[in-house]
Amino acid sequence: MIFPPTASQTVGPYFAVGLPWPDGPFAVARDTPGAVKIRGVIYDGAGTPIPDFLLETWQADPAGRFADLWGHAGPSELAGFRGFARVGHEDGDGSFEILTVKPGPLVLPGGSIEAPHIDVSLFARGMLNRCVTRFYFADEVDANDADPVLATVPAERRETLLSRPIEGGYEIDLRLQGPGETVFFAL
Amino acid sequence: MTAAETEPRQIYDAVTDTPSSYVREPDGVQPPLDYPPYKSTQLRHPKQPLIYLPQTMTELTGPALGSARAVGPLDHDLTRQHDGEPIGERITVFGHVYDTEGKPLRRTLVEIWQANACGRYRHRWDRYPAPLDPNFTGAGRCVTDEEGRYRFVTVKPGPYPWGNHYNAWRPAHIHFSLLGRAFAQRLVTQMYFPGDPLFRYDPIFNSVGEVAGRKRLISRFSIRDSEPDWALAYEFDIYLRGPGATQFEEAF
Ligand SMILES: [Fe+3]
Repeated sequence: MIFPPTASQTVGPYFAVGLPWPDGPFAVARDTPGAVKIRGVIYDGAGTPIPDFLLETWQADPAGRFADLWGHAGPSELAGFRGFARVGHEDGDGSFEILTVKPGPLVLPGGSIEAPHIDVSLFARGMLNRCVTRFYFADEVDANDADPVLATVPAERRETLLSRPIEGGYEIDLRLQGPGETVFFAL
Repeated sequence: MTAAETEPRQIYDAVTDTPSSYVREPDGVQPPLDYPPYKSTQLRHPKQPLIYLPQTMTELTGPALGSARAVGPLDHDLTRQHDGEPIGERITVFGHVYDTEGKPLRRTLVEIWQANACGRYRHRWDRYPAPLDPNFTGAGRCVTDEEGRYRFVTVKPGPYPWGNHYNAWRPAHIHFSLLGRAFAQRLVTQMYFPGDPLFRYDPIFNSVGEVAGRKRLISRFSIRDSEPDWALAYEFDIYLRGPGATQFEEAF
């Protein structure tokens, strides 16, 4: 028997009562060698930074392994690797920052290779369901060119998924509407 | 703690427990991102069409926070987080977390947050002139057991006004956050109480297009599970998307 899934509802304006964690922005232990920050600003359709949002990320480690229960390609052996970050603001300036490591490429069952990427969920008041996107890395030119998911994105919109190298990490903004609207995915 | 309690890999089997993909949800199951009756959606929904994301390893895995995150013994009891007891109607809220095949999700993190009995959140943006309760924070978390069950003790939240339209009130609700077992299963939703007269006026509740879908967001009062001389009980089962047809090969 198949049961219908439970519907999503907005995270609302008061999620900060329960959801943000003190260690949420840290997908890796703070002293992890090679750790990078990923930061950016989230803009609404008027071009205004969104002060209240919850952003979550999920990714593999540099060896392409996950910190999950099932150990795909073997569980991550990177000490302190959680692979999951959660950053929430109730009254911020629209910006987010997480600390993580750059994930490795992933080999798919068919043999093709996914470029390094991080899955992203965005929740906010005014969103009845999460918005899903991915962070790729602009300095992975060859891997990005061969990535099967990026290949499905119209060429002129791919850039919205590429985080740019900055001092100590990467930077990527999210735009919900308008020029440079971020590519969001249906799962 | 025994080794069995800290080592979830003994429970799950990588071959039988990891789907090769999760079902795509048919149209109408989830509320639309663009929903004019809920005004805040206007500037906060993508205008370009969503792009179909083939599910690869990143979507089929998810954080094992059910075991990794410390959940304290009283985190599920919102009535015992302060020196005194909160004012309000004490209730228990319980149920299962299943996937859409009806399989229980064991050891998955369930987080809730809510207003107090008067409809006021402990949040600096909440300006509703209803009293705050010094004995109520309104946040709880627990991990499902071996049968996928969760249980919270709390007080029934009050309805509260909001600025969406003239005389707008939210039906009483408890916010739920579920991590499931994979990125594809992540869900944030709200649980409502049976018979609320505000249902017909609330655009958030009504954003779920199907009557049956809205009904699934309403908890069920249970006299059987109510505890004599102590608390009424409300049951709320949650279904996260389950395994679907394999998509890897056809996609790539
Ligand atoms: Fe609420």
